[in-house]
Amino acid sequence: MSVAIRFESVSKRYRLGQVGTGTLSHDLQRLAARLLGKPDPFATVGTINDREQPAGVSQARSADASTGKRGAVKKRRDDYVWALKDIDFDVPMGEILGIVGRNGAGKSTLLKLLSKITAPTAGRIKTKGRVASLLEVGTGFQPELTGRENIFLNGALLGMRRHEIKQRLDQIIDFSGCAKYIDTPVKRYSSGMTVRLGFAVAAHLDCEILVVDEVLAVGDAEFQNRCIGRMREVSADQGKTVLFVSHNMGSVQSLCRQGVLLDRGQVVGIAPIADTIRDYFELNAGAQTGSHWQSTDQTNAAFAIERVSVTSPGRPSFAATDPSDVISPDAAFEVTIQYTIGKPLPPMRVGFLIVSGEGPVVVEAYDSDSPDNRGPRSPGCYRSTCRIPGRLLSPGWYYLTINAGIPHVENLFNRTALVKFRIHESELEETQRTKRSGVLQPCFQWETKPS
Amino acid sequence: MATESETELNCEDWDQILEPNSAVFSLRLGEVWTYRDLLYLFTYRDIVSFYKQTILGPLWFFIQPIFTTLVYVLVFGTIAKLSSDGLPQVLFYMSGVVLWNYFSECFNKTATVFRDNASLFGKVYFPRLLIPLSIVTSNLIRFAIQFGLFLAMLAYYVAGGVVTPNRWALLLPLSVLVMATLGLAFGMSFSALTTKYRDLIFLLQFGVQLLMYATPVIYPASQIPPGIAAVLAWNPLAPLFELTRLGFLGTGTVSVGGVAYSVIFAAVAFLVSTVIFNRVERTFMDSV
Repeated sequence: MSVAIRFESVSKRYRLGQVGTGTLSHDLQRLAARLLGKPDPFATVGTINDREQPAGVSQARSADASTGKRGAVKKRRDDYVWALKDIDFDVPMGEILGIVGRNGAGKSTLLKLLSKITAPTAGRIKTKGRVASLLEVGTGFQPELTGRENIFLNGALLGMRRHEIKQRLDQIIDFSGCAKYIDTPVKRYSSGMTVRLGFAVAAHLDCEILVVDEVLAVGDAEFQNRCIGRMREVSADQGKTVLFVSHNMGSVQSLCRQGVLLDRGQVVGIAPIADTIRDYFELNAGAQTGSHWQSTDQTNAAFAIERVSVTSPGRPSFAATDPSDVISPDAAFEVTIQYTIGKPLPPMRVGFLIVSGEGPVVVEAYDSDSPDNRGPRSPGCYRSTCRIPGRLLSPGWYYLTINAGIPHVENLFNRTALVKFRIHESELEETQRTKRSGVLQPCFQWETKPS
Repeated sequence: MATESETELNCEDWDQILEPNSAVFSLRLGEVWTYRDLLYLFTYRDIVSFYKQTILGPLWFFIQPIFTTLVYVLVFGTIAKLSSDGLPQVLFYMSGVVLWNYFSECFNKTATVFRDNASLFGKVYFPRLLIPLSIVTSNLIRFAIQFGLFLAMLAYYVAGGVVTPNRWALLLPLSVLVMATLGLAFGMSFSALTTKYRDLIFLLQFGVQLLMYATPVIYPASQIPPGIAAVLAWNPLAPLFELTRLGFLGTGTVSVGGVAYSVIFAAVAFLVSTVIFNRVERTFMDSV
């Protein structure tokens, strides 16, 4: 299969901190270095992109010794950071590639380079065919103009000719579902309608490579499905290559075949999408994720989660003995959250989301679902236990996101993929052991008789 | 081996290669041509959004030059008693105001292109040159409307036999074109520099104002003392103002050399500023 996009050791460096001060002096230093025939004093420096690292502190730098002599250049080396470093991979034609990674991993930078919004610092990106990128829905919409006029404006911004847009105008209006308001100024539109109109234009672009950033998050579920359907359609029918970035693992899972996992500006792996998503969760959770989690912080805060665990009553301590242990699909299991409250709190809730290792959220549950737990809380230690019946989840890996807060007021605790557990298929009856689709696999009542 | 030869084959037909540095001298005007529909739409957008939701609507195009002219007549003509080369003051000042407005609008708006459009530039690629070009064209339409006002005034005085336009008036398109090019060139150089050095924005604000006093807008070139005239000779705008007045009002200090200088100055400035602009547009998103 031929290659549609090739990244050749692509790197992108950004300045940190107060951009705009001292650039004149840097420029003069660069100029002096160039005149003296020396290399650019700022070209080789820079640290790995790690947003959790404290500002101004850097990791090991071998460049120190060599450049240290030049007093003026020595300081402020950490002003530069590599948002992307040596990205090297090919995207085959017709592929739908999901790009996943944590915030600041470099996903958006990668798309910006590909969309020509900014140029790489080093390396090359080669593409075959027209690239259309959708980093934001409805870019350049002018509120005073009507929907119809904005279709033309937006289409032209994305590189379409006017006659091309005219040809597809009916399709675009139809897809957007805004036919009734098409001659109303866009400033009167709801935000959802604006997004619909924007995506409708982009969906009818004439291009070989479609680049889509996290843009579907704003639309409603029906529209999101329609967009994903449309992207799949353009890839399958017209052989377009699609690059898709999202934090919604559900839509990544349902749209993409292959995934690239980025972390700290580097490619961690390229693999089938299910594996990429699993790696992404592992990365998020940190290496120590097991079926229980113990807080290591010693805080006297108003609220602190101390311990989270998943236990199956038949084997109460399975987590401690064997971290790779599993839950039988037939057995009920319990999620226990232990926490302390340091000062009186208004009615609050503690709960969790079960997220399938393949992407979608399975369920979200809070202790305030039970009427007894809806009153104000006084200080003390608490233990909230939720019992989840057996024969509910289908075999596979699951992650728990723990969430606590005062609804609509304050978020007290929110950590994704804090705990993981696995429902194992080995104990299923032989007839059910083939992999079924869906995250739920309950045992319904069936009745079959001759009629 | 098979894969290697396939790779080599692929290398031949890449449609686009993105690299850190492009060629120094590339105007990329071909790209602007493929996006010409966008130029039309930007111009339309600028014109419509200028007067949408204002009570007086397109009338605002007239109000500004009329009042400026009246104030100039009062302050410079009546109080300061500056010469107007013997021409009716209303015509003299209005011709200056309308022309100067066009130049300064082109300059001012173009100079802040990167700042004003940062959110747009950060989300979608198109030849950035289109925005300055759309500023020049949409202002051209405003200029045409305001110049129409001037012509109406002129007709009144011509009917009264006070002034007589001559064939030099046919050179108006040249003056306007050169002025637009100069506004564009100055603006683009500034916009490229302000992305890096913010201080220049302050310079711009009073710089344009000072430039007006170096240009024969409120005074005729014939009144400049010879010593100062030599100092002001660098100003490529002056011959254009005088040429326009010569054509429409019959009086002006124009030399062929002066006009030629303006044209060459504008052409060179345009080439240089486009190169600067294109270089900056590739990475300016990192610094705004």
